[in-house]
Amino acid sequence: MRLAVNQDNCSGCRTCELVCALENFRENNPKMSRLRIHGEFPAPGKYRVSHCTQCGTCQEVCPVDAIEETGGGYYRVLEDECIGCMACVEECPEGVVFTHDAIDVPFMCNGCGSCVEICPRNAIYDADDPGRTRYKEFEEVD
Amino acid sequence: MLKGYAGKILHIDLSDGTHEVTETPREWAEKFLGSRGFGARILWEELEPDVQPFDAENVVVMAAGPLSGVMLPSAGKISFHTKSPATGGYADSNMGGHICAELKFAGYDAVVIRGRAEKPSYLVLDDDDIEVRAAGDLWGEKCIDGEVRLKEELGEEFQVALIGPAGENRVRYACIGHDFGRQAGRCGIGAVMGSKNLKAVAVRGTQSVPLADPDGVLQKGRQMYLDSFQLPGFKEWTPQGTAGVTDWVNEIGAFPTKNFWTTHFEDHKNINGQAILDRILVTHKGCFSCTIPCGKYSRACVGDTEFYVEGPEYETIAMMGGNLMLDSIEKVAYANWLADDLGIDTISGGAVLSFAFECFEKGLLDEEQVGRKLEWGSVDDVAFLLQSIAERDGIGDILAEGVRRAAEKIGGGADYYAIETKGLEWSGYESRWAPGQLISYATADVGAHHNRAWTITYDVAVGRDTLDGKAEKAIELQHVRPLFDALGICRLPWVEIDLPLEHYPEIFQMVTGLSYSWEELIEASERIWNLTRAFNMKHIPGFGREHDHVPERFFAEEIPTGPAEGNMVPQENFEELLDRYYELRGWDKHGHPTPEKLRELGLDFVVGELDLE
Repeated sequence: MRLAVNQDNCSGCRTCELVCALENFRENNPKMSRLRIHGEFPAPGKYRVSHCTQCGTCQEVCPVDAIEETGGGYYRVLEDECIGCMACVEECPEGVVFTHDAIDVPFMCNGCGSCVEICPRNAIYDADDPGRTRYKEFEEVD
Repeated sequence: MLKGYAGKILHIDLSDGTHEVTETPREWAEKFLGSRGFGARILWEELEPDVQPFDAENVVVMAAGPLSGVMLPSAGKISFHTKSPATGGYADSNMGGHICAELKFAGYDAVVIRGRAEKPSYLVLDDDDIEVRAAGDLWGEKCIDGEVRLKEELGEEFQVALIGPAGENRVRYACIGHDFGRQAGRCGIGAVMGSKNLKAVAVRGTQSVPLADPDGVLQKGRQMYLDSFQLPGFKEWTPQGTAGVTDWVNEIGAFPTKNFWTTHFEDHKNINGQAILDRILVTHKGCFSCTIPCGKYSRACVGDTEFYVEGPEYETIAMMGGNLMLDSIEKVAYANWLADDLGIDTISGGAVLSFAFECFEKGLLDEEQVGRKLEWGSVDDVAFLLQSIAERDGIGDILAEGVRRAAEKIGGGADYYAIETKGLEWSGYESRWAPGQLISYATADVGAHHNRAWTITYDVAVGRDTLDGKAEKAIELQHVRPLFDALGICRLPWVEIDLPLEHYPEIFQMVTGLSYSWEELIEASERIWNLTRAFNMKHIPGFGREHDHVPERFFAEEIPTGPAEGNMVPQENFEELLDRYYELRGWDKHGHPTPEKLRELGLDFVVGELDLE
């Protein structure tokens, strides 16, 4: 599963943020999601999706080896090892390592693909399996 | 407290800058659901009949619903409520975007704003941190620049709702803007904010919406999305959004044209949804959690001016397109942009402008009064009028009062050209030959608005002339459509792409823990309908049947041109339908709910206060 984006298709609905938090934390809270939508208004009037590119920077910069790679090339913070230095948060080139008061350690995308499945605009897709959209005929969104 | 609700109501007193938090009453949730239901309940509680809309004692209630902010299609509709400067009665105005969900994440079901700030101010809600701040030179900014500034100052995560110069100057149909193109358009709630010296409300929240059954919501919510994707309407309706209905409304002859003089606009193909897609669209822009982004964010040029606008959607195409004889999508988008930025409702704004153009044409206004000659279809004249209205300058000061009051000032029979009911201008369905839609407009609680019951499709489906089933249909829609307003979500997934209604009681239970059947949800909606009726009885002197009226023009003139030429609904048919409507509702012949009806709905407290025995 390799997350990729058709930025032009994004409508800014943020359902991806919602499903991510519900799937991974069982919390209805976009601030607990592992990707973010940014609006660029009034001009050019588009949305931008910030998402994990699996670059591994977070793991590289962690001073205490508290970030492990899960199977599939995604990363996870080990709660017992993390010292809260925030290097991963600061150094992530996409700005998609997040923190939240109610969650003990920083969190990042785990490649679950829930966002791919639910995006109504075909704005987020799986680059390893682009045909894995809800309905194949809707690849082109005007 | 039930899940789904944030559990708190925030009270702001602008007069001394203080605030207080109370618990959301469980009883209110059970009987009135939320959003519009809370707004109606709070207005009933708060306002004495002698309070005038621009008095400090008037309140503005912003309220989300129990399903707002939840993972289900289009869960982001907030309502604003107040005593309307247009009608003097109950007002609510509904808005999409993202501020509704953000209010839930900040931990509030509703915000009740009382009093008047000494100086122009804005409100910042940042989870538990509440501040009333001096607006300084933010006051005077138009809506686009104002939102840019606030997001730059506070952070892009903040959701901003604000008024423009029109609201600051108490234009009676001033709207509230948000998210660079969404509005709480109707009833002049922006003007009430202006009268309170309140420029904006900015919200950020980091909390979760509590759920009774998180696993259930994840599964059920996900299913509602996946089901939506399979519906034919999902692919067919979404590209043009509501603009897609423009051609059909013209083909059946119900398109407001030239101040509701006729019902078909010859250039409609130049201002329809396809014109948007072909010529100006930049982005399909959606509200919170929406599957079918109906916002058509566009870029266009008129003269030397390049602009961006979310729109135009159907209502603006109708009210500022055909109704103003603007014959290109670029011109309609331009009028849309000007109105949005100044903070003027495009529906009422369109109707006020068309009133002005027709008054000029008929010699009721002259060049000296207006400041220039007015010509139908002139986009420069439209721009001039909108600017004058926002500033209350010259003729703008009269037109800022809305068509009813402007007509009173202008005199000479101008009221004939004032297309309004209860003081609110009509929206975009010319209903002279649509009895179901006619009765819907006449009886809507906020004044002439189609949001309560969109009956035109039924009129056409079963026959324009027949009265059979029309009162029943209006009532049914007046319960179903505002139910979405009470739940705090958008009805378009059901209305436009046929997402089955069965989903809603199911997810409502998973979210709140409350097991309500569809009938019980509808009953809550009927309860709210009777409460807002009662509010109008309490606040509008002599309120009754004569307030459920239809503009004189509709009974005086047959449709003069187009596919519906020669047709109309005879007045006696309307009166008969209104009788039937009251009867079905359990109201008396004055259009007043009977004590029995009110008690049946659990509105005993209304019976006592209205002295109905």
